[in-house]
Amino acid sequence: MPSTSAVAIEGVWKFFGDYPALRDISFDVAGGACLALLGRNGAGKTTLLRILGGLSKPAKGRVTLLGQDARAEITRKRIGLLGHGIGVYEELSAYENLRLFARLYGIEDPRKTAMEWLERTGLDRVSDGLVREFSRGMRQRLAVARAFLHNPALLLLDEPFTALDDRAIKVLQDLLKGALTEGRTIIMSTHQLREALELATDVALINRGRLAFRGERTREMLEDPGWLYRHYGEA
Amino acid sequence: MRLKIMLALLVLSGLLLTWNLYTMFLKVPDEANQGAIFRIIYFHVPAAITSFTGFFVAMFCGVGYLANKDLRLDAIAASITEVSLAFATITLITGSIWGRIIWGLWWTWDPRLTSYFVCWLMYVGYLMLRRAIDEPNTRARMSAVLSIFACIDIVIVWKSIEWFRTQHPGPVLSIRSGGGMAPGMEAPIWWNLLALLMLSASLILIRMRQEAMQREIDSLRRYAHAF
Amino acid sequence: MNFLRQAWAVAEKDLRSEVRSKETVNASLSFALVILLLFSFAFDPDAEQVRQISGGLLWLVFAFAGTLILNRSFARELVNDCLDALIASPASGAQLFFGKCLANYALLVAVECICLPIFAVFYNVRLPQRIALLFLVMLLGTWGITVIGTLFSAMTVNLRLRELMLPTLVYPMLIPALIGAIQLSTVLIGGEPLGADNQIWFRLLIAFDLIFTILALSLVEIVLVG
Repeated sequence: MPSTSAVAIEGVWKFFGDYPALRDISFDVAGGACLALLGRNGAGKTTLLRILGGLSKPAKGRVTLLGQDARAEITRKRIGLLGHGIGVYEELSAYENLRLFARLYGIEDPRKTAMEWLERTGLDRVSDGLVREFSRGMRQRLAVARAFLHNPALLLLDEPFTALDDRAIKVLQDLLKGALTEGRTIIMSTHQLREALELATDVALINRGRLAFRGERTREMLEDPGWLYRHYGEA
Repeated sequence: MRLKIMLALLVLSGLLLTWNLYTMFLKVPDEANQGAIFRIIYFHVPAAITSFTGFFVAMFCGVGYLANKDLRLDAIAASITEVSLAFATITLITGSIWGRIIWGLWWTWDPRLTSYFVCWLMYVGYLMLRRAIDEPNTRARMSAVLSIFACIDIVIVWKSIEWFRTQHPGPVLSIRSGGGMAPGMEAPIWWNLLALLMLSASLILIRMRQEAMQREIDSLRRYAHAF
Repeated sequence: MNFLRQAWAVAEKDLRSEVRSKETVNASLSFALVILLLFSFAFDPDAEQVRQISGGLLWLVFAFAGTLILNRSFARELVNDCLDALIASPASGAQLFFGKCLANYALLVAVECICLPIFAVFYNVRLPQRIALLFLVMLLGTWGITVIGTLFSAMTVNLRLRELMLPTLVYPMLIPALIGAIQLSTVLIGGEPLGADNQIWFRLLIAFDLIFTILALSLVEIVLVG
């Protein structure tokens, strides 16, 4: 196992009752890579991402992130999570939301960081607006700001491009490209969307809880998104 | 093999109970102050002790589950709690009947009965919680935490209601009128306790068998739906 | 120190939301007023009777109204998957929990402080000289309610029947704290001397609070994370 792997997943199983949602998943992600996690609905992508994000524990196996256990405080400081829900509070303003998370992530000057990220995501003009009044695109940009504001070394994104408006897609893409050039690691689950595959350096396919494929993202995959499913899909 | 143990326990406890009934009614004389009815304590006290023991053992099983995530421990804990709740119900009912006969009251807020009632409520809540959670691991986790709270609370509830009743005295169900029971009279309590413990053990084993079968059905059902 | 800082960040967030919307506090207060009103019809007590049941009346109102606040505690985190965002953050389960306890405590005590004079007016009770002691009893008793209620709010957050389950689970557990608080409140409101017998209730409240706070802080991580 290369010592530079940012993420090491060893023999992970997860059960919901007796139903195996994840079956003996093992793979690595090197530091600085961008992994596209593919799979049908219900394949286990979200379950795996939740385990990586420290939101649930595997029944068997181990997950090592940046050299530590997923649930360790030091690890959580360095992980950014963007799930299906936007993870921001409706009754608070954009600024208050970002300041809260900046504080939770132990950032030196929460106020400054919050304002900075409001600017970067184009929300500075509505910084005092309540999220409840935001449009969908604005909420998503705020969610992205929340996930990125502590400069995480590892980003975990669950279908991030789904249902984003154009402006939000652009913001996210720029941020992700920037993160990759800075050497951060990204794991992104996706439904073979072009935007996601473009950024990806690596690919993993989960099928019914099992790892069906793990390798580099090739030209063919980009040009023909269904390629992987045809070759490795129905296991 | 387990089936044989279950049957053996059932039969043994049945025999012991029968023998105890014989002793209670024919050998032991009527108690001086309370008359014939005092024999109800031969069920009331053992049922109370059995259920209390059950609740505490269930808590340890819950802790065991939290330690090594083995769902079987959770099944044991749940089965023990259910059976203990049944015995707790018996405790309450026999206590109530006893009070009725002695004082003409169906309920007296006697400190022990009251504490028991609170206990009973907590464990009814436990079963309701189990019913409300579908996912077995989450259910096991929450049940374990709840039973830890409940057991620690039982002790505090017991003491606090006792203190309350010391300041606001009322009728108290007691078998020790005037300083203790005559030697021959106490024995059936302990024999009956043994019988009830055996009975509860066999009921627990039966219940666990049901749980195991239910788990198997659940998993088959999940497989059917998933694929 | 970091523990308190993280907890405070969460507490402040909850309080800010609540002060802005005032939904839960309003509902809780309305409920408390209705109960006070209903009790006056149900019991129609005279002055002497009121003195005897004052503590019980007060704490029943506090317990019932408090449940509304406690129920919302973790339920409000489900919107937008905010609970996941909190759990994924460096804040530990205990820090999150403690922060929520602090916020709930503040809200509960605020509601109680409003209820107390209203109770005094409705039932013609003169609030005692030793109101500081009465306030102490309120603080001690309310912490017990808060700790247990908040933990069980975390436990029942994902259940369909959350609103039913929370009171069912919480009230039996709270009985020792309620007994202690009721005894002390009745004595204090009735203007009687706080004798040696009653010291025991103070000790009970303090022990209850300590034991369950420690227990809850130890177990909350298990409740929140799979």
